[in-house]
Amino acid sequence: MLRKTSFVVLSAFVVFGLFLVAGVSAADSDVPDVQTIVNKANIVAYYQGDDGKATVKMTITNKAGQTREREFIILRKDVADGGDQNYFVYFQRPSDVRRMVYLVQKHTGEGKDDDRWLYLPALDLVKRIAASDKRTSFVGSDFVYEDVSGRGLDLDTHELVETTDTLFVVKNVPKKPEEVEFSYYTVAIDRKTYVPMKMEFYDKQGQLYRIIESKDVRVIQEFPTVTKSLVKDLKTGGQTEMEFTDIRYNVGIGDIFEERYLRRPPREAMR
Amino acid sequence: MIGAAGQTRNPKCEYRPGKQRSDSTVQNGGSHPPKAESAILTFASCSLILGFQVLFAAVCCPVVAAQDEEPKPGPIKEFFDKLDTEYHGFYEARAGYRLQNDPHEKDMSILEARYQFDLFSMRDWGDVKVKGDLYGDGVEEKGVFDLREANLFMRPTDTMDVKLGRQVLTWGTGDLIFINDLFPKDWQSFFVGRDTEYLKAPSDAVKVSFFMDWANLDVAYTPEFDSDRFISGERLSYWNPVLGDRAGEDNTLSVERRREFLEEDELALRLYRNIRNYELALYGYWGYWKSPGGFNDAMNAAVFPELYVYGASVRGTVGKGIGNAEIGYYDSIDDRDGDDFLINNSELRYLVGYTQEIGRDFTAGVQYYIEQILDYGDYEDSQPAGMPKRDEFRHLTTLRLTKLLMNQNLNLSLFTYYCPSDEDVYLRPIANYKASDHLTVEVGSNVFFGDEAYTFFGQFEDNTNAYLAVRYSF
Repeated sequence: MLRKTSFVVLSAFVVFGLFLVAGVSAADSDVPDVQTIVNKANIVAYYQGDDGKATVKMTITNKAGQTREREFIILRKDVADGGDQNYFVYFQRPSDVRRMVYLVQKHTGEGKDDDRWLYLPALDLVKRIAASDKRTSFVGSDFVYEDVSGRGLDLDTHELVETTDTLFVVKNVPKKPEEVEFSYYTVAIDRKTYVPMKMEFYDKQGQLYRIIESKDVRVIQEFPTVTKSLVKDLKTGGQTEMEFTDIRYNVGIGDIFEERYLRRPPREAMR
Repeated sequence: MIGAAGQTRNPKCEYRPGKQRSDSTVQNGGSHPPKAESAILTFASCSLILGFQVLFAAVCCPVVAAQDEEPKPGPIKEFFDKLDTEYHGFYEARAGYRLQNDPHEKDMSILEARYQFDLFSMRDWGDVKVKGDLYGDGVEEKGVFDLREANLFMRPTDTMDVKLGRQVLTWGTGDLIFINDLFPKDWQSFFVGRDTEYLKAPSDAVKVSFFMDWANLDVAYTPEFDSDRFISGERLSYWNPVLGDRAGEDNTLSVERRREFLEEDELALRLYRNIRNYELALYGYWGYWKSPGGFNDAMNAAVFPELYVYGASVRGTVGKGIGNAEIGYYDSIDDRDGDDFLINNSELRYLVGYTQEIGRDFTAGVQYYIEQILDYGDYEDSQPAGMPKRDEFRHLTTLRLTKLLMNQNLNLSLFTYYCPSDEDVYLRPIANYKASDHLTVEVGSNVFFGDEAYTFFGQFEDNTNAYLAVRYSF
């Protein structure tokens, strides 16, 4: 049961990170090896069920306290657990991006870039997006693309640095530090549910500068799911809260990840 | 160019800068009624403009004061809510001036207050969409209603989509260069500094799409020819080969419209499929040159000669970026031999492009485009003496740079057309700032220069302008 539970949930979008290896702490028989931990946490964070759907509301707050909002419906379908998956994002707010559609075919293999498209309804234009930097902001928020669709486990080395009564804390060091803005990050993973509860990013000088927390976790269709997460950028003073509602798993999403549905989304993506 | 407008400098196109809309009736001797599109409501223009500006100010001021707060739904929105219909849109004020004197046009390049409504309703049997713009035009001193979309969408089977009515249609791989996209463009809006959205003029058409295992097919049928809203001397000064000089609102040209419903129609097809995320497409078009491509001596009017186009394109990942290539054969039916100097020759058009992210939130795109006149020898021989001739090959390069700053709220972009064979340039720098979720401020410029007054971009040199716009979206 525990296994099954850990297998599902879409927080696909939510926070996360995770990762791997480091020596197993042989002394504690309850503690799996770090690769197992990060694999499970990755599945919990991004691959719950075969597919998932949620309405997402982002509130972006800058240092001066001004807020901006983004609202969209997101549909996800896995090609393989822990592997490729597809995302369909239908924007509802603000009104200047309303009905825009963002489509991502995520590829997890070494050196493979995702395929991304954007549909601009006013021009009836299907645009292919060249962006390859996954550390750029997602729709102007403090979340980056990798926070939303996941960071490949094989991009970092993983070490279990702490085990408490409730958490595994894993330290993740990028294999190619020149490609990212952090020197390492830690992830605190719930021992029971394998939900990543907190991530802390350290800059090249070793200073903590970015924190992502899971503020609310609920069980939905037996899948522990992050329903509210918060990212704080300590350098800019900005923060973004992401709230998930209308979350459903295994909804039977069809093959909607193509041009036909970019130009006119399926009904299930529009409400 | 920019595809359909590309023949501008063709001396055959003396007519090209003809007028459109209502002036066609006047100048064509009234043989064809003006089209419903952009019905011109000849109001006492100034009062309307003033009204809009007051409205705009009324809406914006409280918003600026409390820009982070969601505005309360007004009675209009509540009314549409009851009908289960989404109501959105924007108010916009836009003003621009020429940066130099233009002897043929006003100093003001654009001055308008605009209201756009966008209604959308999902029903069991399909979707209904109606979008329209009402604006007071301070340059032409009139009020205009431009119905941009009014269509029904249905998904009758798993393998078929249908969209019927006024709609914006786009396909092809070019970035502001169109080869196989022969749907109407609004070059005038593009050059005077309206939002890029207005480059695409709507079509009154039915589009039926079939989705099959081996490929998908789009069929777009337009029962009555929809031309480009091409350059008219009314707003932009241009090269007039008859005069052998630049001209403007003092010398707009007449055009002979095609308005025979079901007779003068257009058919466009696209057959496409993805192979490993390389998007392959074949195209066909049976219709007319979208901007005037010929001249009727007897009528002394520009005409839209018959045109068939066959083409192909591919787009996909190349290295770290996206590459695209497209080709089109323009079969000018009324001058297949190329020896009629009043009608455009057939052409081949080629495009390759590449876009890549070159820094954080910083993207660069380059394109190389060629227009080749076929039967060039016959073209040369048929041209009257003294007329500037087009080169056999027109080379055009473009560069797009886009940088996002301030949490992606500030978008700086520069689009550059440079034509080494004509030695002319067109620059489009734009800075767009989202002051809040509702309020956007934009400044931009359209800069033209060239060595000669008759080249495609060079002819517009005196139209070089800068503009400022404020938009409140709801």
